[in-house]
Amino acid sequence: MQDKSFVPFTEDMKKDYTILVPNMLPIHFKLLISLFRSHGYNVELLETDGPQIAETGLKYTHNDTCYPAILVVGQMMDALLSGKYDVNKTALIMFQTGGGCRASNYISLIRKALKKAGMEQVPVISLNFYGMESHPGFKLTPKMLHSMIYAVCYGDLIMSLVNQVRPYELNKGDAEALADRWTARLGAELANEKIRYRRVKDNYRAIIADFAKIPMNRTEKPKVGIVGEIFVKYSPLANNDLERFLISEGAEVVVPGLIDFCLYCIYNSIIDYKLYGKNKKTYLVWKFAYRFFSNKKSDISQLIKEEGTFEGWTEFDRITDIASTVISLAVKMGEGWLLTSEMVELAESGCANIVCTQPFGCLPNHICGKGMMKPLKELMPDINIVAIDYDAGASRVNQENRLKLMLSNAKRIMAQNSK
Amino acid sequence: MAKYKLGIDIGSTTAKLVLMEDNRIIYQKYQRHLSRVRQTTLEMIKEMQNEVNISKLAVTLSGSAGLGVANGAGIDFIQEVYATGEVVYKLAPDTNVVIELGGEDAKVIFYDGGVDERMNGTCAGGTGAFIDQMAVLLDMTVNEMDAASLEAQQIYPIASRCGVFAKTDIQPLLNQGAKKADIAASIFQAVVNQTITGLIQGKKISGKVMFLGGPLYYCKGLQKRFYETLKLNEKTAVFPDYALYSVAMGAAMHAENSEEITTDELIAKLENSANSETVANDRLPALFASDSEYYDFIRRHGLANVPHHDLSEYCGNAWLGIDCGSTTTKLVLIGEDKSLLYSFYSSNKGNPVEVLLSQLGEIYNLCGDRVTICGSAVTGYGEELIKHAFHIDEGLVETIAHYTAAKYFQPDVDFILDIGGQDIKCFRIKNGAIDSIMLNEACSSGCGSFIETFAKAMGYTIADFANLGLKAKAPVNLGSRCTVFMNSSVKQSQKDGATVEDISAGLSVSVVKNAIYKVIRATSPEELGKKIVVQGGTFYNDAVLRAFEKELGADVIRPSIAGLMGAFGAALHAMQFEKSTILTPSELAFFSHTSRTTRCRGCANQCHLTVNKFADGKTFISGNQCEKGLGVSAVKELPNLYAWKRSYIESLKPDENAKRGKIGLPLALSTFEFAPLWYTMFSELGFSVHFSKLSNRATYERGQFTIPSDTACYPAKIMHGHVLQLLDEGITNIFYPGITYNIDEHAGDNHYNCPVVAYYSELLQGNIEELKNINYMYPYLDINNQKSMVKTLLPCLQKIDRSITKYQLAAAIRKAFVAYENYKAQLRAEGEKAVSFARSNGNRIMVLAGRPYHIDPEIGHGIDKLATSLGFVVVSEDSVAHLAPVQYVKVLDQWTFHARLYRSARFAVENDDVELVQLVSFGCGVDAITTDEVRSILEDGGKYYTQIKIDEITNLGAVKIRLRSLLGALEEKK
Repeated sequence: MQDKSFVPFTEDMKKDYTILVPNMLPIHFKLLISLFRSHGYNVELLETDGPQIAETGLKYTHNDTCYPAILVVGQMMDALLSGKYDVNKTALIMFQTGGGCRASNYISLIRKALKKAGMEQVPVISLNFYGMESHPGFKLTPKMLHSMIYAVCYGDLIMSLVNQVRPYELNKGDAEALADRWTARLGAELANEKIRYRRVKDNYRAIIADFAKIPMNRTEKPKVGIVGEIFVKYSPLANNDLERFLISEGAEVVVPGLIDFCLYCIYNSIIDYKLYGKNKKTYLVWKFAYRFFSNKKSDISQLIKEEGTFEGWTEFDRITDIASTVISLAVKMGEGWLLTSEMVELAESGCANIVCTQPFGCLPNHICGKGMMKPLKELMPDINIVAIDYDAGASRVNQENRLKLMLSNAKRIMAQNSK
Repeated sequence: MAKYKLGIDIGSTTAKLVLMEDNRIIYQKYQRHLSRVRQTTLEMIKEMQNEVNISKLAVTLSGSAGLGVANGAGIDFIQEVYATGEVVYKLAPDTNVVIELGGEDAKVIFYDGGVDERMNGTCAGGTGAFIDQMAVLLDMTVNEMDAASLEAQQIYPIASRCGVFAKTDIQPLLNQGAKKADIAASIFQAVVNQTITGLIQGKKISGKVMFLGGPLYYCKGLQKRFYETLKLNEKTAVFPDYALYSVAMGAAMHAENSEEITTDELIAKLENSANSETVANDRLPALFASDSEYYDFIRRHGLANVPHHDLSEYCGNAWLGIDCGSTTTKLVLIGEDKSLLYSFYSSNKGNPVEVLLSQLGEIYNLCGDRVTICGSAVTGYGEELIKHAFHIDEGLVETIAHYTAAKYFQPDVDFILDIGGQDIKCFRIKNGAIDSIMLNEACSSGCGSFIETFAKAMGYTIADFANLGLKAKAPVNLGSRCTVFMNSSVKQSQKDGATVEDISAGLSVSVVKNAIYKVIRATSPEELGKKIVVQGGTFYNDAVLRAFEKELGADVIRPSIAGLMGAFGAALHAMQFEKSTILTPSELAFFSHTSRTTRCRGCANQCHLTVNKFADGKTFISGNQCEKGLGVSAVKELPNLYAWKRSYIESLKPDENAKRGKIGLPLALSTFEFAPLWYTMFSELGFSVHFSKLSNRATYERGQFTIPSDTACYPAKIMHGHVLQLLDEGITNIFYPGITYNIDEHAGDNHYNCPVVAYYSELLQGNIEELKNINYMYPYLDINNQKSMVKTLLPCLQKIDRSITKYQLAAAIRKAFVAYENYKAQLRAEGEKAVSFARSNGNRIMVLAGRPYHIDPEIGHGIDKLATSLGFVVVSEDSVAHLAPVQYVKVLDQWTFHARLYRSARFAVENDDVELVQLVSFGCGVDAITTDEVRSILEDGGKYYTQIKIDEITNLGAVKIRLRSLLGALEEKK
């Protein structure tokens, strides 16, 4: 049983504490940060990188812990030890899913690291939707939650468009510059204005139109999808800047969005009800949340298709359907069935080249990543998957060499298909 | 005019160059590059130019080290597996599978059903570098090892995952006197197994298989192992003459599309790229800031010395200490004033008995009649063999030997760090007794042999290499991970232009960091202690010593005999004897030693035994997991809950007359917990319930072809063998449910299974082809909700027999839970019985804490039996967890099995006569969380924490040392 005597984040602390957030998805997190700031939390995104982060992490956590934990702990400890922050006026925040994967223990690992470093007074806030810990000074109000949903939606849209433009833009840097402008603008809007869905949709349209205006030269390039453990999949710090590498090798990158992961988490609560009769009381809430959120996704996709320049997204209902043909929807630890499903979905939608990223020794990925490669290959013989392990000691040369192999095959397949 | 096409393949250890004119090879060259990647390439090109003298050519590079060169020089690059794929496709289109082993990479290409090209992951041994390392270990060249392997009569199981693991398997075999021919063949078999589990991953091998790459080209023994394992014949196995050059040829063919340049331009490009190199930022400060710092360092360490006397002049009594380590044998003879009369340090060349025989002869020679050996003691891996061979007075556990020696130099020593060739050992001393012991886990030995291997690979002796390190201006930062990872980091830093000096110093720093942060798990150096003694052969390396002091920020004592401390401690220990039993010079003259190997028939384990026979007719048997193999009628066996649980499961026999036919359950992972439950449920329904048998090595091998993820834990990987065993028996209904939520024992925050236990059923379905042809049932069950179980199971079982009713099933499930509760009640009662037995008989109690599946003899490697043979009464975590209250921990207590761990640790803390030893399967991610918790529960409660990492390893020697160290420490503390 967990000893619940952690340092809470009190209402007093809310006034003058800085809350540090580890980085994962730059665009999304920037939007969320503006949002939290507007609600009176002085949050700060940690954008540090460099080898000292992993090294600090290794120092303060068990070295066999997964790489994301090492990086998150490393980034936080590195910041606290840097002298930049008053350790008596700083708190940390971390997302917690509470599943059967060891990721649900990141919070505990951070606290242990703080204790080792003699900084036990630093509160660690658990950001979760399951009421796992309560911090009087940190409350997610329905209003905040509502805005957070749109931050995630905006983030996914911008990320998807950047990925679709970047390999083809005539002036290097156009897409990212535009993304930065929109992120700043939307951040301010989320912070200061009430959400009105009509306005949100107008924004979607404007964003899509803006990206469509970027001058592009649409040559044929192989599309490469990135799936995997959520942190390694998204965080450039964790995956050695995978997206940048793939683009420099002449590929277009496709990264499934964060909305899908949220929907996956929500859907698991529904599955728990269906399979085991759990969540009787909250079942309807989850069901509503699922419908609400997946409609939001459809709306965006619809607008992208309407405009016509870019590719839209697959409905989440379709993603759950695909999954159940290969793996049971009961596989819900880590990225679970979503990971398998994303691989199939990518291949079906014309992106058969896939990098499956995972921290070295990731437990759920033994099953839903590497364990599903054979059935996937049988299902779709042309699928071209490479599994890359990320770790504090894994070398970039080794990873890049394997990525190059995947890319060589991707280019061959592309040449064959165009014949 | 024809176009000249040059392909250069720069791999991890060798460079290959092929020049083609049209499709004809006109020049080729193969050379080791000793990590001097760019220079070697240049030399090779110049050499080629001398011979062929062509003006223009088109060039493409390939290979893992070629990537960096190509990028730096702006030359075309082709990925090596892709290159191979193209070449084979052109030259031998009827090939179905290509297997290529290189220096550090392994690749497999399948051509059937769409080209499928694979490379080994980041953690993988079983390649050329691994073979080289193993040859060094056997004190042979690769050619000699290859030749020897062809004479092999038997194959030992050797862990194939990584070189470090394999070493721990091979070392004891050598120490026990197994034949080198057999070991050589076993090493090749390990390579084959690694290729199969790491790359073939469940894909069927059929048709023509082509073998490429250096190791497969040169090693006939390796070819043979592949032949036999993959069941190939002359027609289906192809070893082409271009096996070494396939990648370079592929690159040359690819150069067809590359731009032509002059040879001079090419040379200029390569040379310029060397100049334009930028020094990577990731560097560390120099080991010495100034010369005076260096001289001060040398002077200070000169002080920790032992007086020497010349044995050929000494008269009087003497005592002999021997440390027969994993790779080296150390020996000292001391006089009455504890002065050093004679010392010896050497690699044991795979045969420590021979080494000691000649040394003893030498000592007796020097002693003449003037010196009497009054006592002798031996410590280390080879302790028992040497003790039996030479009638040594006493064997003592390493920790005690080292502590005894350290006290000589620093009576108040509070921390000892010993880094040897294979092991890192650390002891903390409190109140004159060893307070905690930490040893490196088998997977992370960044130890001495590791630096040595690198030194050799770069063409230096270890001493020269270390000296270079002292002069490094900017040591490279290589991190603190295991050898396999380190290889690639070094490769990368070479690419970035690091000098040998910087690499040497960098390696020293990483060895030190590995010891402090990974083995000792200290956050800050102050945690270690104030009076620190460092020892072990690795500390002769001044660069390591200096790196350690720098990391620590304090001075430490390194005895001048750092590498002999075990032997010195043994000698000091032997001073208690007045008359020795050691073989006399005349007995020594008739000494002979032969060894043969056999298999124990004592039980299903069938341990590989090595029987050593000595001149006096005495024998010494090793390799046994328990006392049975020794031929002695075992003393009455102590209570062992692991054995009790095994026999309980084995008592669940199928009812052959059952009306509804057979149902099979693989006895692995969660089945160990729920066997009584499923047995009763299916029996009640009228099925004949067949569990697969407890595992042995063959179980694993039977299933290894179907394992998709090599880094999963052994308990999961062995599952494949169990499923196949059931299929082999012709069972057509197999049941292994998915269980997300484990049984709720109300002792944790949640009650999950780990992802692997919960969902392995899913992986089996996807990867074992045969399951598609039978009725494989893997429903997802909530084990805490009988009603939902009925709902889920009914349709599933009605597929077998439609007459099964809901009512029957519900009744069967009710009874099943009664049986399960009954089993657990018995288990608890047996646990209590064992505890009271121990108390009335004065035995120590060991909680061997793991998971239910650790009772499997192949997974647990008989550690339970080893513990009882050392006098412990063994209880399992689930048999005593109820004797302690729910334990509060710092982490989220998400898993049922782990909550039991925490409670059983509490039980150990609350009882003086109980010790806890935690079994951890390699690759268990969850245990990265639990081990720290269990450790802190125990250490906060004033107990020792002992962790044993288990994998495919069959070596009990290291485990024995660990358990004996624990016993030794307990005895001292008394």
